[in-house]
Amino acid sequence: MYNFSYQKAASVDEAVAAMQAAEDGKFVAGGQTMLPTMKHRLASPSDVIDLGGIADLAGIAVDGDTVTIGAMTTHAAVAASAEVGETIPALAALAGNIGDPAVRNRGTLGGSIANNDPAADYPAALIGLGATVKTNRREIAAEDFFTGMFETALAEDELITAVSFPKPEVAAYMKFDNPASRYAIVGVFVAKTGAGIRIGVTGATTCAHRGKRLEQALGGELNAAAIDGVDLPVDKMNADMHASAEYRAHLVKVMTKRAIEACAA
Amino acid sequence: MLSINMTVNGQAVSGEVEERTLLVQFLREQLRLTGTHIGCDTSQCGACVVQVDGNSVKSCTMLAAQADGCEVTTIEGLASNGELHPMQQAFKDNHGLQCGFCTPGMVMSAIDIVKRNGSVVDEATVRKELEGNICRCTGYHNIVKAVQAGAKGMGG
Repeated sequence: MYNFSYQKAASVDEAVAAMQAAEDGKFVAGGQTMLPTMKHRLASPSDVIDLGGIADLAGIAVDGDTVTIGAMTTHAAVAASAEVGETIPALAALAGNIGDPAVRNRGTLGGSIANNDPAADYPAALIGLGATVKTNRREIAAEDFFTGMFETALAEDELITAVSFPKPEVAAYMKFDNPASRYAIVGVFVAKTGAGIRIGVTGATTCAHRGKRLEQALGGELNAAAIDGVDLPVDKMNADMHASAEYRAHLVKVMTKRAIEACAA
Repeated sequence: MLSINMTVNGQAVSGEVEERTLLVQFLREQLRLTGTHIGCDTSQCGACVVQVDGNSVKSCTMLAAQADGCEVTTIEGLASNGELHPMQQAFKDNHGLQCGFCTPGMVMSAIDIVKRNGSVVDEATVRKELEGNICRCTGYHNIVKAVQAGAKGMGG
């Protein structure tokens, strides 16, 4: 890893000011992706601005039917939260299956979605639940937030402060994970809300997206058999050493059906 | 360079480190606590697991600067008055190791498993919870036995 200037910010304002002053700065949250990326020299920021000292950014609050989770809340904290478990159990379960226990003790919600790995779990939940990303400047709907492979709607000096998740009637996340990394080869988050059924898909394409073809096939009913006839565009699927595009297209349907069955159970 | 201070195994320590210094490098190279191992250096294998403020973390995936002000426990901090920690004793009793390279990380992760799951923990849970620790000798059978025995030992 190349060396850099390091600063631990005490507040959101201080972090943003440090970023604006930096030549090529990066915020570090838990660092569970960023530090390995820097060790591989795939990233070499001039300045690393540590968000770990900003107490306001961590925490979980439930207000009526909305769960708001601070950007620096760890996966372990979300997984162990009785409030999240009661309000959106599928979200707590998702957080408890990211990486491994030591990674979950450091990795954060904000870090995960800012990085927007095409195989990350949280993006599927944000899209499936219709969550809202809150930054130091504005609120962004999840569907508008994830814009491409490792790309988001965030400006360079914009900082995620929290994510608000509306409580669904029922939801479930199913992933077919890579046995080494635990990243999703394909993951599907299905949520039944007052406004209908929403489906978030991760791992399959360049970045997490809404499964509109799948939603249309369901027509508002949690009926797994309705997924059988869906024709998914194989040419848009990722292909790598772990799974071909055809296999991923197949997995999207299988994981969707399993999530629907878990919702109905 | 940065000045950092932390408590390691109950003792206040300080050091001057490069910004890019990893926690594991600080522990091994400056404090000479070489019980914490570097296996893969890519956050996969768990040989470098230590506890930071009571939570297990991969010390190859944390900057020393991020641990500034924290309480760190390494494998060297477990035994007291010449007596092994119950989890260390259980690894010894159950021969929960072959070459021993992964053992420090296994023991540190095992203690975290007990913290989260209590002193009665079934085999499936132990196997799932150890997924961030890799034994290159594939000696998992006795490791799982050791974790279960150590959990009982820790429970009194």
